[in-house]
Amino acid sequence: MNKIMIVIFWLLMGTSAFAVGVDEKRLSDPAEEARAQEIMKQLRCLVCQNQSIVDSDAGLAKDIRIIVRERILAGDTDQQVLTFMTERYGDWVLLKPPFDGATIILWLSPLLLLGVGFIIIIRNQRNRKMATSAPLSDEEQKRIAQLLNENGDN
Amino acid sequence: MKLKAFFPFLIFCVISIALYVGLSLNPGEIPSEFIDDPIPEFSLPVVGGEEVGLTTADLKNEEGVVLVNFFASWCAPCYVEHPFLMELQKRGYKIYGVAYKDKAHATNRFLKEQGNPYFDTAADNDGRVAIEWGVYGFPETFIIKDGVIRHKHAGPIMEMQFEDEFMPILESISK
Repeated sequence: MNKIMIVIFWLLMGTSAFAVGVDEKRLSDPAEEARAQEIMKQLRCLVCQNQSIVDSDAGLAKDIRIIVRERILAGDTDQQVLTFMTERYGDWVLLKPPFDGATIILWLSPLLLLGVGFIIIIRNQRNRKMATSAPLSDEEQKRIAQLLNENGDN
Repeated sequence: MKLKAFFPFLIFCVISIALYVGLSLNPGEIPSEFIDDPIPEFSLPVVGGEEVGLTTADLKNEEGVVLVNFFASWCAPCYVEHPFLMELQKRGYKIYGVAYKDKAHATNRFLKEQGNPYFDTAADNDGRVAIEWGVYGFPETFIIKDGVIRHKHAGPIMEMQFEDEFMPILESISK
């Protein structure tokens, strides 16, 4: 029993170690390191493609992490670091694509779909209202009376 | 009224076409940022030494078309590609090799055993120059003319890729 508790204790202790890659040197200034981490989260790993470079263990991701830290030490702004990367690998490296001509459909399509949905709802509502409120024409009244009469005869 | 009945079908068609086109793209392919740009500034040492082996100027001073091939002895697809690089050398293409993060003795053994298709080979020991070139997978091959990158291919080049991808570009730039 005691042994099991010890195993569980160490398993629980272990989980926190997987949070961030600790393979390379972090920046000594915590604020700068936080900025670097924030930038790295926005950069896509080129090898594994659906991970950010923070989450990736690939050699190239590691090299890029080192470069990000170097550029921050060199005094680059966050945007300059991202630009450095897009100059080499294109918008592709950004996990969040920028808002520009090529991506305008991507960004606006949810709004567009929402708008289309609203138009459909409004039109349906109007059709329903029109259907209920349209009064019967004289001819239709006559036909109803006729049908009712027929029923009465039977 | 008749048109309205066809509306769902039309939407279906549009979505089908969009999916057909979208899903047949290769998501692993990252377009190069450098097409028709001058080659990045760099300087690489020779394999297993400190002396300068290959620089931007070397490539700029080339007359005609040259190929730059990033490879490594630890990279399995590079072995697949290698015989075709030998073939290209035989056909008279000038290929520069960049050994990416490779040990000098491993690079040398690779070239000794597999043959050396390169006019000259340099070593990118820390992988920085590969990043400057926007390289992300190995092997990668660039077509360069007058110091300008005209095309890049990620992954091994074989007869098929060369015929379909490289030949049209080589023909258009040699005019």
